[in-house]
Amino acid sequence: MADSLLALDDLAVHFTVGGTFAGGLKTLKAVEGITLDVKPGECLGLVGESGCGKSTLALAIMGLIAPTRGRIALDGRNLNQRARLETARTVQMVFQDPYASLNPRQTVRRTLADPLRLQGLRDKAEVDGRVMDMLAKVGLRPEHADRYPHEFSGGQRQRIGIARALILRPKLVICDEPVSALDVSIRAQIINLLLELKDEMGLAYIMISHDLGVVEHVSDRVAVMYLGRIVEQGGWQEIFENPRHPYTRALIAAIPDPFHRAPAATVRAKAKGEIASALNPPPGCPFHPRCPIKAERCVSELPALEAVAPGHRAACHFRDRPQ
Amino acid sequence: MSQSTPASATADIAVKRRFRLKGGLSLWIGGALVGLALVVAIAAPLIALTDPVMSANLMNAELPPSLEFPFGTDAQGRDIYSRIVYGSRISLTVGVVSQIVNSLIGVSLGLSAGYWGGLWDDLVSGLTNLMLAIPSLIFALAIMAILGPGLVSLVIALGLTNWSYSCRLARAQVLSLKSQGYVQAARILGYGDLRIMFTQLLPNMLGPLIVIATLGMGSAILAEAALSFLGLGIRPPFPSWGSMLSEARDQITTVPWLSVFPGLAIFFTVLGLNLLGDGLRDIFDPQATTRRT
Repeated sequence: MADSLLALDDLAVHFTVGGTFAGGLKTLKAVEGITLDVKPGECLGLVGESGCGKSTLALAIMGLIAPTRGRIALDGRNLNQRARLETARTVQMVFQDPYASLNPRQTVRRTLADPLRLQGLRDKAEVDGRVMDMLAKVGLRPEHADRYPHEFSGGQRQRIGIARALILRPKLVICDEPVSALDVSIRAQIINLLLELKDEMGLAYIMISHDLGVVEHVSDRVAVMYLGRIVEQGGWQEIFENPRHPYTRALIAAIPDPFHRAPAATVRAKAKGEIASALNPPPGCPFHPRCPIKAERCVSELPALEAVAPGHRAACHFRDRPQ
Repeated sequence: MSQSTPASATADIAVKRRFRLKGGLSLWIGGALVGLALVVAIAAPLIALTDPVMSANLMNAELPPSLEFPFGTDAQGRDIYSRIVYGSRISLTVGVVSQIVNSLIGVSLGLSAGYWGGLWDDLVSGLTNLMLAIPSLIFALAIMAILGPGLVSLVIALGLTNWSYSCRLARAQVLSLKSQGYVQAARILGYGDLRIMFTQLLPNMLGPLIVIATLGMGSAILAEAALSFLGLGIRPPFPSWGSMLSEARDQITTVPWLSVFPGLAIFFTVLGLNLLGDGLRDIFDPQATTRRT
C-alpha cells in the first residue's frame, strides 16, 4: 500500500539460542510472519501477553534488531535503504520503564538538544527554542531543563521520554507499554497527553500493551499477538464487540470487571495455563493447548489469518462460529 | 513539581549520608594515607633532609635511626628518610601512570568488545583470558628484560600487563547497560556508535572503573617494588622503595632499618590505596544509591 506510513510484509525475527551442551542450538521464533500496516495519523493497538514478541517487533521496526525474513517499509521505502538520521526523523519510540530510559548523567536539556544538533541544527537559539517548546508541550516547566532524571517522579520522567521521542517531529511513535510502569493515578494523565500530542502533531502510534483496557481507550485498530503471530486484527469496536479468536476473547475476559457488566459468556472464555515456550511452540494452532474450543484439526493444522468481515481478520479454524 | 527544593535537599542529605556511612572508615583512612603519600611525593624537596643521591658519606654508613637521621643511614651513608621521601615519587608515578595506561587499554577494548560483540568480542575476550592466565609479573619481567631497566620501561611493562581486569569490568558493564532504554533511545535518535559509547555508556560506568584503577595502583606499586628488588626496575643510585629493599636484603638481620622503613612505606601506601578503593566501591555500589527514589 502506497499510502501507509509503515508496512510490514511477512516479517520474521528469529534468535538462535542454546549451545552444544544445552541440547543443541534452537531457533526462537520471536516474531513470525507478521504483515501489518499503519497509516498516517492512525493509532494501532498491539496487544498480547508477556513474551509474545511485541517488544521484539518494536525493536525490529526501529531497526535495532535485523529481521530474519520479510520487509519493513517506512514511508514507502525499505528500512535498510534509509539513512539512520532520516529514519530517526520518521519513527521514534517511548519506552516502558521511565527509570531506565533516561541517561542518569544527562540533563533534560542535553537529552533533548543532542538529537537536534545531530540532525545538523547549529543555531543555539533555535535548538533552545525547540527544547523549551517541547518541554511546554509535554507539561514540564522551563526550569526543569537543567535538572537530572533522578530529580523527577515517574510520571515526569515519562513526560521527558515522550518529549525525547517527539523532539525530531516524527510521523510514527511506537509506545512500548508507556504506562505500565506508572502509578495507576498517573496513567490517565500520560495517556491523555499522548492523545493530545497525537492530534496536535498529527502522529501515528503503535500502542503496545498487555492490557486491552489501555488499548481500548486510544486505538483505532487493534492487532492481537500470540507467540510471535498476529491472531486477530481489526477495528477496535469490531474486536471488542465481536471477537473471533478465542485468545482475544480470553484477553477481553481478563479486563477487570468489578461490577459484572460483561455477559456471563466471557467468564467462560478465560484461557487456561501459561503461554507456551516460543522455543518449542505447539504444533498446529499455537493457542490450542489453552483453547476452550479446541478440536482435532487445531493440533495439526495452522490456521491462516483470514477475513471474517471487511478489515477484520482472525487466525482461527472456527472464526465463523459465534462465541 | 513544587517539591523541587525539598527534593534536592533530601538528595544532598542522601549524598552526605552515603559518604559518612557507606564509604565509612576505610574511605577516610585510605584517603588520608594516599593523600599523605601524594603530599610527600609532591613536596619531596621541602621535607627531605638531604639529597637522596649526592649525600653519600661513608663516615655516616649504616648509622641507626637518630635525631639527625630519623630512619638511619644506608651503606653509603645516605639518609634513608630522604631516600624514602624521594622514592615515593617513583612509586606513585609508576602506580598512577601505569594504571592510566591499563585503564585506557582495558576500557577501550572492553567497551568496544561489549558494545560491538561478535568476532571482535571473541578476540578481545580471548586475549583477556590469555592475559589473565599468564602471571602478570612474569610477563612484566619479560618486557623489562627486552626494554631494559628504567622508569619508562617500568611504566610500559606494568601498563601493558594489567589491563585485563578493567577490560573485563568494562565489558560486563556495557553488556548490562546496553539494553537500558536510554542506550536504545540514543540508537533510535541516530547517535553513532562512538557517540553512544562516550556519552551514554562511559559516564555511567566510571564508578566501578575508578575503584578497579585505585586497587590496581596498589598492585602496580607492589610490582614496581618486586621488579626493582629483582634488579630490573629503577637502577641505583636513584631511590625507589623496591630497589632500597633489594639493596638491604643481605643485611636484613644486621641492619634492619635498611629494609624496615621502605617496607613500611610500601605497606602503608598499598594499604591506603586498597582501603580507598574499598571505600569508593561502597559509595559506587548500585544498591547504595538512591537513584530510584
